[in-house]
Amino acid sequence: MFVRFMAAEAEEPIVQIRELFKVYQQGEINVTALNGISLDIARGEFLTLMGPSGSGKSTLLHIIAGVDRPSSGSCHVQGIDVTALNESELADWRNHNVGFVFQTFNLIPVLTAYENVELPLLLTRLSSGERRRQVQTALELVGLADRQHHLPRQLSGGQEQRVAIARALVTDPSLIVADEPTGNLDSHSAQDVLTILQSLSRSAGKTVIMVTHDPKAAAYGSRSVHLEKGELSN
Amino acid sequence: MALPVRYSFRNALVRWRSTLATVLGIALVVFVFVLLQSLAAGIEKSSGNTGDPRNILVVRKGATAESASLISRENFQQIQYFEEIARTERGEPIISADVLVLINLPRRNNGGEANVLLRGVTPRGMELRPQVSLVAGRWFTPGKREVVVSAKLARRFANFDLGESFRSGSAQLTVVGWLDGGGSAFDSECWLDADEARAIFERDMYSSFLIRPKDKVSGTNLIARIENDRRFKLKAEKEVEYYRKQTMTAAPIKWLGGFLAVMMSVGAVFAAMNTMYAAVGARTREIGTLRVLGFRRRAVVVALLIEGGFLAFLGGGLGCALAFYWNGYTTATLGFETFSEIVFQFRVTPLLVIEGLFFAVIVGVIGTLLPAVRASRLPVIVALKSV
Ligand SMILES: Nc1ncnc2c1ncn2[C@@H]1O[C@H](COP(=O)(O)OP(=O)(O)O)[C@@H](O)[C@H]1O
Ligand SMILES: [Mg+2]
Repeated sequence: MFVRFMAAEAEEPIVQIRELFKVYQQGEINVTALNGISLDIARGEFLTLMGPSGSGKSTLLHIIAGVDRPSSGSCHVQGIDVTALNESELADWRNHNVGFVFQTFNLIPVLTAYENVELPLLLTRLSSGERRRQVQTALELVGLADRQHHLPRQLSGGQEQRVAIARALVTDPSLIVADEPTGNLDSHSAQDVLTILQSLSRSAGKTVIMVTHDPKAAAYGSRSVHLEKGELSN
Repeated sequence: MALPVRYSFRNALVRWRSTLATVLGIALVVFVFVLLQSLAAGIEKSSGNTGDPRNILVVRKGATAESASLISRENFQQIQYFEEIARTERGEPIISADVLVLINLPRRNNGGEANVLLRGVTPRGMELRPQVSLVAGRWFTPGKREVVVSAKLARRFANFDLGESFRSGSAQLTVVGWLDGGGSAFDSECWLDADEARAIFERDMYSSFLIRPKDKVSGTNLIARIENDRRFKLKAEKEVEYYRKQTMTAAPIKWLGGFLAVMMSVGAVFAAMNTMYAAVGARTREIGTLRVLGFRRRAVVVALLIEGGFLAFLGGGLGCALAFYWNGYTTATLGFETFSEIVFQFRVTPLLVIEGLFFAVIVGVIGTLLPAVRASRLPVIVALKSV
């Protein structure tokens, strides 16, 4: 713990957010989803984003992960300003650097667990043998090596989400983002998922950012920030 | 950087209930296309298949068909001693002066009446047409008012069974045998003795000469000699070429097949489009997920095009299979020149199957184009938020 603490302090934060604004135009009125957010996230942190519905949690997460763009402000991840990348650069960047976990799992229904996990690797130059090894490792890590030939509909919700986590970490990204990953799960499955996410940050050194409005879920994280009407409130 | 093809294939199959109508629609289009083209192919084969490459056929200049040609006995006397003509061991020139007559006969099962081509043929003429063989009964005996009919016509016309007879001209003709033309134009003919035919139908003239020249060079010379001789108003050409030109009759069917297929394919394109719009609409979030994982717009478009193309391919395969059911089925049409019954078989050739499948895939891909582009245009974030 001490060593990790020292290292984290010596290193640059993996995510540096400065004066981030996101304003949606809805006809005549403007909806401010993010109102000048500044935030640093250290490497290896398990950060939870909390706050009431509509407070801008998902919007912030999407900008950090490079699927949405802010109205103004900057967001550096590992020194790269993701707000400055064009669409195809972002696609490549996401593929290499970010693993996604969604509330609704978002597995591809016609592909087996194995094929779902392999998907992000198809965009890399890895040989099929290397891909196989990485998919196996990822599935073992979430405890589903024996379910690799099952289709999503043959799995329970908790299993589906674990496959989704395997898919998120198979490319070995430094950042894993999860938007209410336990929102559709029973408490037992939720615990499994949270334990895996926690161990990813603790033992694998991944930076995990998780949106949740469940304090019990947030307790698994190493730090929690609260959003309120698009602003950080601590 | 592409999505695996199994993604497209499985998506096409997994929604089979909702895509069935589209698959069947495309199957119908391809069925009609392949069937009509196989009809044309059958007609072409029966004409293109006819004749011996060594033989030369002589008809009257300007005659559109052998049956519409008239050649005088005088011409026969003059031509038969040309030295370009091959001779038998006994020194007789190998030339057959045939008489063709169209007669009207009743179809089976009160199916109305139709024209049948009757060929008065000499023993020489039979030797010159080795494609024709006897499949039942025996050959006719000259002078006995006997006739051998095509086995394929026999299935379509009344009184064509062995031993039956029909009235024609001044005579009652008895069917003593069935012939098979080996898929050639002779499958649409009935044969009897040439002299007898001229007597029954009171023909002083001949219709055509079929000649075997000594060799290739003699053949070329003979054609030139007949064509250039002012005394004759005759047209001489290779037998196979004469029949190949009759192939023109297949052109309208081909044209109709193409036209129908194009018209119907417009409908099929819209059906495919509708199906793929629905497919894409139901999978917005899935497509957004793929984009989030790093797949490009192009990869999504290609995957959807493969899906639509594959769906259509299934339809095309079904259409071909349905059309193939008719492969070899014998049917008949009116000859455009003679208005006689021409029998031929549907020929679903491998090329036609390939064309049909290709056609189907094109329909599917065109139908998928707009839905695929629309899906790929969605911003990633919008695709993700949709439920
Ligand atoms: N596409 C959009 N158009 C307009 N307003 C939006 C859009 N997306 C989000 N918002 C608004 O932005 C605010 C923040 O949304 P979101 O980040 O999804 O909140 P949270 O995830 O905390 O529930 C909300 O008021 C929401 O209505
Ligand atoms: Mg949200």
